[in-house]
Amino acid sequence: MAYAAGVDVGSTQTKAVIVNEAREIVGRALIDTGANVVLAAENAFAEALKTSGIREEEVEYVIGTGYGRYRVTFGNTQVTEISCHARGAAHMFPGTKTVLDMGGQDTKAIHVSPKGEVLDFCMNDKCAAGTGRFLGAAAAALDIPLGDLGNVAMKAERPVKISTTCTVFAESEVLSWLGKGKKIEDILWGVHLSIASRSTALLRRVGIEDEVTFTGGVTRNAGMIKALEGALKTKLNVSEDSHYMGALGAALFALDHILAGRVPVEEKETA
Amino acid sequence: MTETIQDELVGRGNKEGADLFREWFDGLAEHAKRGEGAAYVFVMGSMAELLHVFDFPLVLPEITSLQTAVRRVADKYLAEAEDYGYSPDICGYVKADMAVQLRGGDHPMGRIPKPAIAVMTNACNTYIKWAEIWERMYGTPLFVIDVPATRQAGGQFQPGSADFERDRKYVEAQIRELIPLCEEVSGKKFDIDRLRETLKYANDMNTGWKRVLELNKSKPSLFNAVTDGTVYLGVSNNLRGTEKGSTFFKNLVEEMEYKSAHGIGTQIVEKYRLGFVGVPCYPIFRRFSEMFTEWGGNFVHSTYLNFASGGGSMGYEYDVNRPIESLAEGFLISVREAMDNMFHQDRVVISWVKDYDLDGVVYHPIKSCRTVSTGLADGRRAMMAATDVPSLFIESDMMDKRVVSEAQMKNRADAFFEGLASRREMAKISS
Repeated sequence: MAYAAGVDVGSTQTKAVIVNEAREIVGRALIDTGANVVLAAENAFAEALKTSGIREEEVEYVIGTGYGRYRVTFGNTQVTEISCHARGAAHMFPGTKTVLDMGGQDTKAIHVSPKGEVLDFCMNDKCAAGTGRFLGAAAAALDIPLGDLGNVAMKAERPVKISTTCTVFAESEVLSWLGKGKKIEDILWGVHLSIASRSTALLRRVGIEDEVTFTGGVTRNAGMIKALEGALKTKLNVSEDSHYMGALGAALFALDHILAGRVPVEEKETA
Repeated sequence: MTETIQDELVGRGNKEGADLFREWFDGLAEHAKRGEGAAYVFVMGSMAELLHVFDFPLVLPEITSLQTAVRRVADKYLAEAEDYGYSPDICGYVKADMAVQLRGGDHPMGRIPKPAIAVMTNACNTYIKWAEIWERMYGTPLFVIDVPATRQAGGQFQPGSADFERDRKYVEAQIRELIPLCEEVSGKKFDIDRLRETLKYANDMNTGWKRVLELNKSKPSLFNAVTDGTVYLGVSNNLRGTEKGSTFFKNLVEEMEYKSAHGIGTQIVEKYRLGFVGVPCYPIFRRFSEMFTEWGGNFVHSTYLNFASGGGSMGYEYDVNRPIESLAEGFLISVREAMDNMFHQDRVVISWVKDYDLDGVVYHPIKSCRTVSTGLADGRRAMMAATDVPSLFIESDMMDKRVVSEAQMKNRADAFFEGLASRREMAKISS
């Protein structure tokens, strides 16, 4: 049995996934990236090995992805997270035509072929508004754990309008709404709607075609899923493993490499 | 013997271009030293053919400004202009030039003379406001040539039609108004035979430029339109209407014909033929190019070579028997072409897909020039609807490294090439 791994070193978190020959996830890990990118990649891979019960030498090929992909020093090669998210999404949800990946600092809109190839893509430029960092700024301003944001936001009754397009200024705007006596849930839902609106604009640039698969760290926020589904007027494909989609795509590319290089038995015998 | 010819020809254009560029700056420094003023002109409609008749040295502030970025000192010039009060959001070329003026002409390539006269067109909306700054600083006389542009995409008036003749006469009348102003500023009488001479040299340059660009349809392509092409473009602007410019382009045609005949390409193994739309990223000029060449991507054409040569690339030939009339016609046609390559670029890019057998198109909008960048997203959409060629939309700047994010750009370029590679793989499997 061959095993392949993908390690996605993102700006905020590092993810590792190990797949078997049947393209099933057998191990996964998620850790904060921190300042030492090389160590983050090593630790995530070690943790994924542990959860899978597989020994390191059984993993034949490793691909690094994400911004820190060149720092996956034990990896065999690198592939961008754009290609990896597309590949992972098309594998997990075969009807996928559009991918929205929302990470810590990047939001990517990707138009994919049925085989998971990238047909077109678009990303936020030089600004973290509309990404996970925007939610992080709101969470910090309101002193709410990041993991609770979505659930609190969904209790909103009269959401406020967050007009700013800047993550830094958003914090001041949130505080200003607090000063005006607005409820926390109404402010938070306003933040979610603002991000959903920016993401929709990004998706329009590559064309929105059903099915739309949502990937990246922000998929764990139920409020964001609801806000996006409302803005896009469509149901999003999301799974428990959506956060690992980049690492999964990398692992699948790694598996392709192993299988492509394997000489069929009959050829081996006649060689 | 063959090797000797090859050694002599291959790379000659880049070397001669660099030498001429240095010489041009040295010449400007000499004028500045003598306290002589220059004619300040712009790449989209410089009117160099006429200004040379009055022996004006030409300063092209777009080029002197971009050189501060290429020489990696633009940040200092931009900061000085911003300290003086200019907004971070305006044209980086304007700000670098303002800093040069505030420094009394100090420039990394040598001193730049002050403007004695400024001539501009309406091809860029910033030109006029920019020149008004010189007017306020020095009392420089300004002359704006209003060039009637294309009224609607694909709807250009053509020579022979009454509409075209009306536009041509309008431009001619403006040129006839410019002549006495040049006489007044230079103290020299207009000499129509000298105009005939500069038009003849410009003809050599225009036809040479057009031929060189056509020759790049060769496989492999002969030069990189973003790196090498920018050197040739510099000569086409700085030495327009001069004997040296004419000789340069005749030599360049000879070099490219030789390379084409002998299958000599650029220094990379060409895997992907790319079109480039927009202005290059000068703050990281070499690294920007490497993001593509390291994947085997070579830029075979660029809208920049068309619009920033003032449309000279279309190869218009002046009729020296009716110099002013023909200058007006060529100016109208060429500057209009330059504007079309900015505002209706989809038309030209779609034609390249087949003519240059493109594998992909790279769109490069820049933050500090919205004039050239605004329509790129629409142009890209039109190109993708009309062809099956993938494209990359990658944003940075032509001057300001504060808005150039190399890691983000590389990430996008890598993903673009991964897509091109997988597309080629799939095509192989299905064929």
